[in-house]
Parts: sequence; structure tokens; C-alpha cells
Amino acid sequence: MSLALDKPRQPRRPAARRSNGELYSWLFMRLSGLLLVVLVLGHLFIMNILDGGVHRINFGFVAGRWASPFWQFWDLAMLWLAQIHGGNGVRTVINDYARKDSTRFWLKMLLYVSMVLIVSLGTFVIFTFDPNISN
Amino acid sequence: MTSAGAPERSGTTRGGGTLYRGDLGMWSWVAHRITGVLTFFFLFTHVLDTALVRVSPNAYDAVIETYKNPVVNLFEVGLVGAVLYHALNGIRVMLVDFWEKGAKYQRVMLWTVLAVWVVVMIPGFYFMMERTISELVGGH
Repeated sequence: MSLALDKPRQPRRPAARRSNGELYSWLFMRLSGLLLVVLVLGHLFIMNILDGGVHRINFGFVAGRWASPFWQFWDLAMLWLAQIHGGNGVRTVINDYARKDSTRFWLKMLLYVSMVLIVSLGTFVIFTFDPNISN
Repeated sequence: MTSAGAPERSGTTRGGGTLYRGDLGMWSWVAHRITGVLTFFFLFTHVLDTALVRVSPNAYDAVIETYKNPVVNLFEVGLVGAVLYHALNGIRVMLVDFWEKGAKYQRVMLWTVLAVWVVVMIPGFYFMMERTISELVGGH
């Protein structure tokens, strides 16, 4: 009698149902993180430590900075990268700790709505900033 | 590093295997999560307060005054400390993932992260709190 082994290998996973989303999310966290190290630490150094720190910040200070396209682009890039990086991190935290599917769903909806709100508002403010706005 | 020279993954799980739970590496991950979530919540607030530049200079200046309050000023030191840890530990995570010797040196790198954090935060604290403290103890 020969020993009949039916399919001795592991069955292949159905390829169609797999996606690389989590891989791209993992990679994005590292790439955006690298950029954010420069953007955010630079921002914190300028705003909080350099030249009197937070005590010199007012409307005129912001107007002076955003007169330069360099700082406009810096802040825009920081806004988008930090929101997506942070939002993706909080998404992972929600996935880890939410116990009920409905809780997980609604927490993530709240997260996504807040991300869209903050990115849109911040982008709008950077692009439409008016240094001569009335008091 | 413990057991010099021994491969990290040697031994059985119960014997001399690697320990993650409760070990320093786990706490570095916990701290990474906490600092990340706190920073994300602050970012939400910070974009809203900055958006006031679109309302009026007075509205913006009024809310920025709260950032100059001594207690809030101390929170800013906390924020910088949280972001700095998250950034330094994030670099460590990338080195563990992409550098061939990263996993071997992860513990040394964590101590390096903490050492750099302390070295940066001491002058950081000084420059961020200098004016607040001198005003509190009755300067000008």
C-alpha cells in the first residue's frame, strides 16, 4: 500500500483577495517619517526655541513668513504629511484596540472626517492668506 | 546587550529565547504610540488656531497669547519632548527595518535615542522657558 498524501503543500492563498495596502501604509510611514523629522523638528526649533521662541509669534510674524513661497511650501508639505502620517498611525491604534466592529467603524469615520477637515482647512488658509486683512 | 556573542534568537521559547513582552523594546513601542497620538491631537488644535489668521489679526493674536501663558509654555516643552522622542525612535525603527545590523543594535540605539533626547532637551528647556521663568521670579 502506498501512502496517499493529498496536497502535501500548504494551499495557496487566494491571490485575488489580497491587497498590498498595508505594505504601502508601512512604507509610507517610514518615507513620510523621514521627511517629517526635518520638517517638524525644523518647525519646532524655529517657532519655539530660536530668537525668543513663542513670545515673538503674532499675526505680523506669520505674514512675514508666508510672504515667502519657501515657507508656504514647507508648511503645506508638513500639513499634508503630518495629517496622513498621524491619521494612519491613529487608524492602526483604532484597529488594535477597538473591540466591536461598530466601534471600530465609527472611530475610523470620525478620524477620516477630521483628517479631511484639517487638511482642507489648512490648505485653504495657506493658499488664501491675506496679510492686509482688516482687524 | 545581554549574553555577549550569543545569537539573539537562540534557544527555545521558554528557555533562553528572546523576550519582548515587558522588555525595554516593548516600552519604546508604547512610548512611540503615546507620543504619536498626543502629537496628532495637538496638530488638530494647532491647525484650527492657525486658521484664525484668516479671520482677523486680533483673533489670531488673542489665541496665540494663550501659548505664552506659563503653564501652556510648559506643555510646549512637553510637546517638543514628545515629538523629539517620536522622531529619534522613528529613525531607530527605520534602522531596525532597513539596516542589516539594525536588529542586533536595537537596544544600543534605544539608549542612544534617550541620551540624545536628554542632551537636546536640557538646552531646549532653557531656551523655551527662559523668558517665562525670568518673568515669574520677578524680572522686568
